[in-house]
Amino acid sequence: MDPYIERSPDGAVAIGTLDSLLNLARKNSEWYLLFATACCGIELMQTGGPRTDADRFGFVFRPTPRQADTIILAGTITYKMASRVRLLYEQMAEPRYVISMGSCANTGGPFYDSYPVVKGGDLILPVDVYVAGCPPRPEALIEALMLVQDKMAREPWLRKARGRWPDPKDPWPQPSAVLGSCAAAAKGPTPKG
Amino acid sequence: MKPEEIRDKLTASLGAAEYTPGPGDAAITVPVDRWHEAATVLRRDPDLDFDFLRSLSGVDRPAVGKIEVVCHLLSYRHRHTIVLKTGIDRSAPAVPTLSDVWPAANWHERELYDLFGVNVTSHPDLRRLLLPEDWVGHPLRKDYKEPDSYRGIPMQRPQTAAEAVTPPAAPEKP
Ligand code: SF4
Repeated sequence: MDPYIERSPDGAVAIGTLDSLLNLARKNSEWYLLFATACCGIELMQTGGPRTDADRFGFVFRPTPRQADTIILAGTITYKMASRVRLLYEQMAEPRYVISMGSCANTGGPFYDSYPVVKGGDLILPVDVYVAGCPPRPEALIEALMLVQDKMAREPWLRKARGRWPDPKDPWPQPSAVLGSCAAAAKGPTPKG
Repeated sequence: MKPEEIRDKLTASLGAAEYTPGPGDAAITVPVDRWHEAATVLRRDPDLDFDFLRSLSGVDRPAVGKIEVVCHLLSYRHRHTIVLKTGIDRSAPAVPTLSDVWPAANWHERELYDLFGVNVTSHPDLRRLLLPEDWVGHPLRKDYKEPDSYRGIPMQRPQTAAEAVTPPAAPEKP
């Protein structure tokens, strides 16, 4: 929710809920796990590099899941890797978010008919944002990270953690219909092959 | 050394071996009970001296009921190459290990076991290499059937929204 801002000649005072303050902090320090399973990982490195510079939005990579807010499934996940991916996710502190990057992580991609590849990261983790592409460009990944920021801003985590949200009587907005329908569309029928 | 000379040298110490000249590397096929001996001769004979095992792989041939095990060999010293092959029974495939001749064969043979189900006898550490330990079946066999799921993960994507699976929820907070 937008804070109430009182302006005065020397500056301004903003009054808001603790949730908006927390969200402001959460949103601008979205740390992602430095983790990749295949060639999309190269593009993930590029996103953190100087040309696209994800740092300027507060997207900083962390080498350990204990410090990460977001896990990016960058690349092909094999069945042998699946339990490791799940383990990494479970080591992350809540609230945590999942981005599925590239065709492989979305649906298995070019390896759909192959025996060892998991046919989509959403079969093992609850995915928040899907990025299309093989591999997606760094700009697309930045957009996905910003969609997660958007989701963070809509989620009053303090209330949610105490089981008080979503609640129709709460003045805080309900979960975004737009984000919800994106996820539903991505989960819909997938043509084989 | 020419492939024919390599063949002659090998047959001199082994007895007859089937020889296939190729547009690519020429191949020598030996029966499986001479497999280890043939490899040792190719490796140790100073004129042959195949010091590099380029690959060790398998070919499934259900039509003739055999699995072929294929070694691609190269000698850095003499700059010559050869392919060494053997055919083994498909219903109970077993082949002796070459990991004492070329240490590189160790992982290649684990892969052979993993993907073709070939039992490599006297191998120091015969475990699956690429697939998880609890995988069922050997996927490069021609008659391999993909199971429906592995540890609860479906192997096909849900085709309708109704079939969609929800990933397991995160464990409850204490
Ligand atoms: S989506 Fe394309 S680039 Fe990304 S991991 Fe798969 S094959 Fe590689």
